[in-house]
Amino acid sequence: MPTSRTTHVAISRRAIIKGTLAVGTGLVVGFSLPMTGRNLALAQAGTFAPNQWVSIDRDGLVTIINSVVEMGQGSITTMPAIVADELDTDLGKIRVTQAPANPKLYANPVTGAQGYGGSRGVRDHIAMLRKAGAAAREMLMQAGANEWGVPLSEVDTDLDTVVHKSSGRRLPYSALVDKAAKLPVPQNPTLKTPDKYRYMGKVMHRRDTPIKVNGSAVFGMDVAVPGMLIASIERCPVFGGKVKTFDATAAKRIKGVKNVVQVTNGVAVVADSFWTAVRGRQALKVIWDEGPVAAVTSASIHQGYVDGAKQSGQVARNDGDADTALAAGAKTVEAVYEVPFLEHACMEPMNATASVKPDSCEIWAPTQSPGATQMTGARISGIPVEKVIVNTTYLGGGFGRRGEQDFIVDALETSKAVGAPVKVMWTRPDDIQHGFYRPATYNVFKAALDAQGNPVAWWNRIVGPGILIQKGRAQAGTIDPAAVEGVRNMPYDVPNVHVEWVDKDYGIPLGFWRSVGPSQNGFIVESFVDEMAKAAGKDPVEFRRGLLGKSPRHKAVLELAAAKANWGAPLPAGRARGCAVMFSYGSYVAHVAEVSVAPDGKVRVHKLVGAIDAGFAVNPDQVKAQMEGGGIYALTALLYGEITIDRGRVKQSNFHDYPMLRINEAPEMETYILDSGEAAGGLGEPGVPTVAPAICNAIYTLTGKRIRSLPIKPDTLKRA
Amino acid sequence: MITLTVNGKRSQVDAPADMPLLWAIREKLALTGTKFGCGAALCGACTVHVDGQPVRSCTTPVSAVAGKKITTIEGLSAKSDHPVQKAWIELDVPQCGFCQSGQIMAAAALLARKPNPTDADIDSAMVGNICRCGTYQRIRAGIHRAAQIKKGGA
Repeated sequence: MPTSRTTHVAISRRAIIKGTLAVGTGLVVGFSLPMTGRNLALAQAGTFAPNQWVSIDRDGLVTIINSVVEMGQGSITTMPAIVADELDTDLGKIRVTQAPANPKLYANPVTGAQGYGGSRGVRDHIAMLRKAGAAAREMLMQAGANEWGVPLSEVDTDLDTVVHKSSGRRLPYSALVDKAAKLPVPQNPTLKTPDKYRYMGKVMHRRDTPIKVNGSAVFGMDVAVPGMLIASIERCPVFGGKVKTFDATAAKRIKGVKNVVQVTNGVAVVADSFWTAVRGRQALKVIWDEGPVAAVTSASIHQGYVDGAKQSGQVARNDGDADTALAAGAKTVEAVYEVPFLEHACMEPMNATASVKPDSCEIWAPTQSPGATQMTGARISGIPVEKVIVNTTYLGGGFGRRGEQDFIVDALETSKAVGAPVKVMWTRPDDIQHGFYRPATYNVFKAALDAQGNPVAWWNRIVGPGILIQKGRAQAGTIDPAAVEGVRNMPYDVPNVHVEWVDKDYGIPLGFWRSVGPSQNGFIVESFVDEMAKAAGKDPVEFRRGLLGKSPRHKAVLELAAAKANWGAPLPAGRARGCAVMFSYGSYVAHVAEVSVAPDGKVRVHKLVGAIDAGFAVNPDQVKAQMEGGGIYALTALLYGEITIDRGRVKQSNFHDYPMLRINEAPEMETYILDSGEAAGGLGEPGVPTVAPAICNAIYTLTGKRIRSLPIKPDTLKRA
Repeated sequence: MITLTVNGKRSQVDAPADMPLLWAIREKLALTGTKFGCGAALCGACTVHVDGQPVRSCTTPVSAVAGKKITTIEGLSAKSDHPVQKAWIELDVPQCGFCQSGQIMAAAALLARKPNPTDADIDSAMVGNICRCGTYQRIRAGIHRAAQIKKGGA
């Protein structure tokens, strides 16, 4: 999800509504939408379930629902901790359950959809979850105050216990469950002040680590349903191609192959095991109608971009008069930057399991979009959407890829066709060749500096496709916000700025790839600013600082990263540093990279020092983990990431030709967190955009060679 | 029928001789901790031990391991208390966790061979295991920590 608007959680206009009592003693409160009255999943007999997020039973067992799917970012740990902190309960004793698909109860309160991307976990949910915990706590406090006949102001809580402050009398939450359930729900419960946080802002161990070190965590691929068959789908190698005819005679002769059926995405071989299904696929004969994309190659796309760059585009930003200022500038800088298509390469190849029956539909999937998955289930099964059951498993990586519905469609259609539960599993080549790719783009830059080296004009034309337009989520003929994000809002104080976008879409499927627009636009903007600094003869950190007067949070993280990396201090021979700073997904990040280049042109990143201002770091160790992971993700793209197209087909197929960074190439990484106290920002993606430009800027300082096309080709840096 | 000895238990498995061990483990024996990542011995997610050696189960035919001692992540320890597992928990190494069974099996094999691995030893033993979440720094720290734990260090 590409947009990065400021978060305003809409709780104020969504009343906290007390629901009717569930069986006997339950109580339900809703934040988001008018409630049907109870959350039956939580509000069972003997349970205080004051809203859809939390319930407490008479034994004091606290259950907290996590809605944000766990794809490695730590949501199953961090989100419940926000509720638990306000509730004042022992985080070590709570039970956490993953939310079912039920957007009425569990949609993201900012987007309104039960889907997770755009680094929207903490930042979109923190206000609502704090209130959920605080409302429950306040009701328990009131119940205690009533027991003792004292005013609410005289009671407090102390870890699962209500305390009468002056007398020291104590009542455990478990003893107050029934009485609290009968109380009115506070509309504006008192929230803790940060100094009272027990967990937030401190080290919290991940809840899922123990089951991820012994093999017991259940990912989508691990789902087993009674009577389940396994399918593998032969897909048209060309994007958009369709099955013309197929011959399954040989495939069906293989022992264990149960059925062969045509589905939207190809021909599914259904078998008793994955291995058998794949062998069945190899025996299939399919004739494809390849469609128009069969004429598209990487070279034709590139030529289209080069031609497109000669056209004028839609104007995304226009401050002052950049053309006039360019003509009048004392010194001009011009450059063209290119980035390739990229695939997500989640470690867990795409898969989903579905059971479609005449009167029911159930899905088990590693999905970033439980809400959309439920709708897909309804569309394909014909079952009413609210009756479609979606079980979200752990995700073996997401990075945006698992927000798509294609693999969900595979499982639903195949199950429906064969009348049995089916798990559809993709191979690695399926995954790399049938993805939704970060767009390749072509970018022309011009800038002018005055005689003192101050920038007076910034001109940028971006050429490439629009993800949102291709997906029908932005109007064709308008500016796709995802295409210009990070450029349109570049923070440097330049009096004349002109940014435009030329839409060139050649039919390669596009998707949101960890940090999307800011990752590619961060590379081009932060590299070009560095070119301007060099042209001005100024230090890159100082040059940026001088242009960030109106952007104090950019400036602060840049200064922090520079200080921690000892910017300016001597380095061993053959090494250099580079820097970059960027806002994305609500957070500010700067990186300083320390780099060397071997005689054969191979780049070695020794150290990455990162600084992040995400407003408030709820779970600091996981903020660091996301910065570390974002760093490696970015470095992989910088050194290796490139999807190329030949006759409408992806040429790469597995990790030998679409390589990932490995442990021997991983730099030492340090992360510094700046808690500015501003609204919470995103965490999963903001660590990506600044890594590539910081490294390329260091390479320039070291070698005098400017990397303007990714990935880095070692030949260009080879010393003869 | 092929006889496989997995985690100390002998089982008769109805599988063609050329079926990769990975699928026998996952689908015939329902031990799903071992993961499928690439099918071509390129990513290490399927790493198991065969007679103590780390092996890519996705390209190892079941016929090649009949009668050998196979250990999967489920059999590494009874109570998740192998030094590598303890270190992983202490340092919160995993993110999505999908590759971690393979990482842990590779790391455990390294420590069995070299109780005090250097960074270079770690590089060469772990280079075949991809982590797309980028937990390499913690994997490295985790292996050093596991070495300490194994020696009885606190």
